[in-house]
Parts: sequence; structure tokens; C-alpha cells
Amino acid sequence: MSGMVEKRGLGTWLTHIGLLVGIAIICFPIYMAFVASTVTQPEIARPPMPLLPGAHFIENYTAALTQGINAPVWLMIVNSSVMAMGIAVGKIVISIISAYAIVYFRFPFRMMFFWLIFLTLMLPVEVRIVPTYEVVAGFGMLNSYTGLILPLIASATATFLFRQFFLTVPDELAEAARVDGAGPVRFFLDILLPMSRTNIAALFVILFIYGWNQYLWPLLITTKPEMNTIVMGIKQMFPSGDDIADWPVIMATTLMAMLPPVAVVVFMQRLFVKGLVESEK
Amino acid sequence: MQKRVVFNNRLLPYLLLAPQIVVTLLFFFWPAGQAIYQSAFIPDPFGLSSQFVGWGNFEFLLSDPYYLASFKTTVVFSTLVTVTSMGAALWLAVMADRVIKGSSAYKTLLVWPYAVAPAVAGVLWLFMFNPNVGLVAWYLSAAGYDWNHVLNDGEAMGLVVAASSWRQISYNFLFFLAGLQAIPKSVIEAAAIDGASFARRFWTIVFPLLSPTTFFLLVVNIVYAFFETFGVIHTITAGGPQQATTILVYKVFSDGFVGQDLGSSAAQSVILLVLVGLLTVVQFRYIERKVHY
Repeated sequence: MSGMVEKRGLGTWLTHIGLLVGIAIICFPIYMAFVASTVTQPEIARPPMPLLPGAHFIENYTAALTQGINAPVWLMIVNSSVMAMGIAVGKIVISIISAYAIVYFRFPFRMMFFWLIFLTLMLPVEVRIVPTYEVVAGFGMLNSYTGLILPLIASATATFLFRQFFLTVPDELAEAARVDGAGPVRFFLDILLPMSRTNIAALFVILFIYGWNQYLWPLLITTKPEMNTIVMGIKQMFPSGDDIADWPVIMATTLMAMLPPVAVVVFMQRLFVKGLVESEK
Repeated sequence: MQKRVVFNNRLLPYLLLAPQIVVTLLFFFWPAGQAIYQSAFIPDPFGLSSQFVGWGNFEFLLSDPYYLASFKTTVVFSTLVTVTSMGAALWLAVMADRVIKGSSAYKTLLVWPYAVAPAVAGVLWLFMFNPNVGLVAWYLSAAGYDWNHVLNDGEAMGLVVAASSWRQISYNFLFFLAGLQAIPKSVIEAAAIDGASFARRFWTIVFPLLSPTTFFLLVVNIVYAFFETFGVIHTITAGGPQQATTILVYKVFSDGFVGQDLGSSAAQSVILLVLVGLLTVVQFRYIERKVHY
């Protein structure tokens, strides 16, 4: 098509080269981290560090997973998985049922509840750090999965997304269900929920990444190393004084920290893009 | 807003809403209320009693050179992050839109950094630029430039901007590419037949048609730089050297948890609440327009 209106050839090659250069620059930090995770600490401590991977891959990753520095990394991965799953599932469950209530029922204070949920968009955790910490500490939720998950599971975005979707569902379905004598719970479970499958999956991808990548909240809530999540635990692995950091183990941990969300984006790209675009509507 | 066909049940809707509303009240509205309440007091150092000061904390903050400096730092930081990440993303998206073969492979290779947590991005960049062992720092010094972001304000800012922008490029890229692909090819072909060069076509036709996407991304990137880059700052500079990279969100954290200055931290929270509120309003007014566009 473009060939009709202008000569390309050279231009196309330049475009490909430009893209490859851009990609190389973007991938470079990851490559260096990978190299660092396969060499020994003395090799890094005597700069310049090697540019090609070394032979200590298994050794460094095993050391990170089984010992780590403050806590074994496998434990931090378990904590991150529980937190990410808890947040993703929790947000989806409480949002889909509140959207159902708001769209399919008429009751006093309906709009007030809607605005209450809407306003949480204006209250990100970064902004109310100290008082939220105090509330959670007051409930005795420090160093617990409940403390990591519960305060983050309200979701205006997910509620809007489901509300938007429910509004596009034909009224005839609810009418037919009513004629057949199905109550609201049956209608929700047998018809609405199966119809929402794709939306739920797309949202799950986005929310899993959101939960896994949390940093500030676990930093405040977990003071015990064995409750740390992997993303916030990396920073805790650096020595406080002038000692040289154990870079190979730290970089192995860093790569393991980014692997699950990156894998989700790469392998579920279509769902991911759908979730990303829709949650911004 | 609502269905024509609705179910009649008195209790059920409240039960369905209860979990969300309870979490919202306990962990969002109650703490936000506490922040507003505490912002009017100065607690004594032992936390036993506190003294009502009205607007005192705000008056102090707005005349505090450190707070004003943090405001300026935030503006500089978010401007640089927004311009860098949107510029790089637009450049990549324009090229990806031009190639016909392999564009989905390029997309995959460019999209994944979105999944990297800001804190992880911070550690990756810190490693490359670490003054003792970092590869880039070493080559810079071999070339005669002595890099040390631990001591140099500008270098510290440059590094946190680079790490924050790096991660955000993929997000901007996705939206720019979608925006470019939505522009009818016939419009561009017509201009090409008229002899307009690629650069001219881009600035007179493509870029104006892209403006809704650009504006939307502008707001998203500012929100990102303001509130979501805490992990980058905390891992790379911890707000330093001195306060050169202490953005507002970082200051709420360091005054509240490290400095234990609760009244001031609460007042800073309230100021941030107002800022988020304004940004949200801008975002929603814009989204209304996007629907009509």
C-alpha cells in the first residue's frame, strides 16, 4: 500500500534499525542484570564487570532462593504471590458484586454509595500513608497477609469497568431470567458471571501486576524479614554501611522479582492490552 | 446509568455493596479524615498530648524553604519524566506504525517494561550507574567524566528521571501506537500524493489528530511521576543528596516515618489530596470529551 505513494526500501531499513536500537537500549539494563547474576562478587567488585554471562548462574540463584540475605527469596516469592493473588481476586470479587448492586437494583442511597466508591480514586495510598498505617496497626494487622491485602482491595476502577459492561448486557436477559423464576443470585451466577469471563481475565492480569509490584505498602506493613515481599525485599538486601553489596545475589533476586509480571504481560498480551485500555476508560 | 429491568430485593443490594463500602470507609475515608484532623495539631514529642494550631502547619509548610524546594523538585522531576518517556515512546510508535512486517514482534519487545515495578527499575539503573561498580559509571570515568550521583544533585535527578521514564515508555508506546493506527490511512496517503514529506505529514496531520491521546497521556504521566515513582526514588537516592530528589510523596513518607513529624506530614497529605483531586477532575473532564471526539 505504502509502496504506491512513495519509494520505501532504504527508509524501511532505517525504520527497522531505529526500532532495534530503541529496543536494545530498553533491554540493556536487564541484560546487565542478567550478566551480574551469573558472575562472582569479586568479578563485579573489580570494574569493569564482564560483558558476557559467567558460569555461576545456578550457584547464585540457588544462594538467593535458599538463603537470600535477610530471608530466603523463595519465602519472599510466596509472600508476593499471596499478596498479588489476594489483591487481584479480592478487588475483582468485591467490585463485581458492588457493580451488580448498583446496576441491577434500585434502593435508597444508591448514588451515595456510587460516589463513595468513586471518591477512592482521589485517595491513593501514597497520599494518606501515616494515618492508614495507624489504622492497620490499630487492628493488629502489621506483618500479616490481611494487612498486606485488605487495605488495598477497594477498587473504583474495577467497579466502573464492570458497571460499564453490565450496562451493555441486553435487558431481555434479566427479563427472561425473571420470567423463568430465577432470582437475582441465580441470574448473577448463571448468566452474568459467565458473560463477564473475558473482562475478569483482562482485569486479573492488570491487578496481578499491580499487586505484585506494590512497594510502599509492604515497606510499611512488614517489619519482619520473613513477611517481606520480593519487590520491597531487594532494597533491604543492600548493606547499610560501606560494605560492598552482594550484587550477584541481589541481581538474581531482581530478575526473579520481575519475571512473573513480565511473563504475564508477554504471554497474555492480548488480555493485558485489553485490561490496560479498558481500565483507563 | 441503570437498567430498565431491575430486581426487587430490599436487603441484597446492601449486602453486595457492604464489603467494598466497609473497606473504603475503614482504609480510605477514615485515614483521610484523620489526616485532615491531624493537620490542625502539633503532637508533643512523646505523643501524649497535642496542641491545636489551626492552619499553623500549613502556614509553616508554605513558608518552609525545604517544602517549597520539594515542590520545585516535584515539578522539575515530573516534567522531565513526562517529556522523556512520551518523547521516546512517540518516536518508537511512529516507527513501529511504519513497519508492516514484524510490528507485533516489536510490540512484544517494547511492552514488557510496563510489568517491571518502579522499585525494580530503580535497582537496575542503580546497578549500571553505581559509582563503585557500575558499568556505565566506569566507562564514563574512563572517558574522563567522574560520575557520582551520590554527591551530585543533577546526576541524582538525571538517574531517577531515566529509571522512571524507562519503565513508562512501554505504556505510552501502546497508547501512541493505538492512536496512530486509528488515523485513517487515506488521509495520510492523500497528503503523500500531494508531495508532503514525512516530517511535514507528521507535524501537520498526524500530530494534531493524535492530540487526544497526547493529552490523555500527559495527565497519566504526571500522575505517575507524582505518585507512583516512590519506589524509584527510595531505591536509588532515598531523596538525596541532601533533598535534591525529595519529591512531595517522598517527603510525606520521610517526615512522617523517619522524622516522626506527624502534624506536618498530615498537612502535606492534605495538600496532596487536593492535588490528586484536581488531577482527577482534569482527567474526567477530558475523558468526557474523548467520548465525543
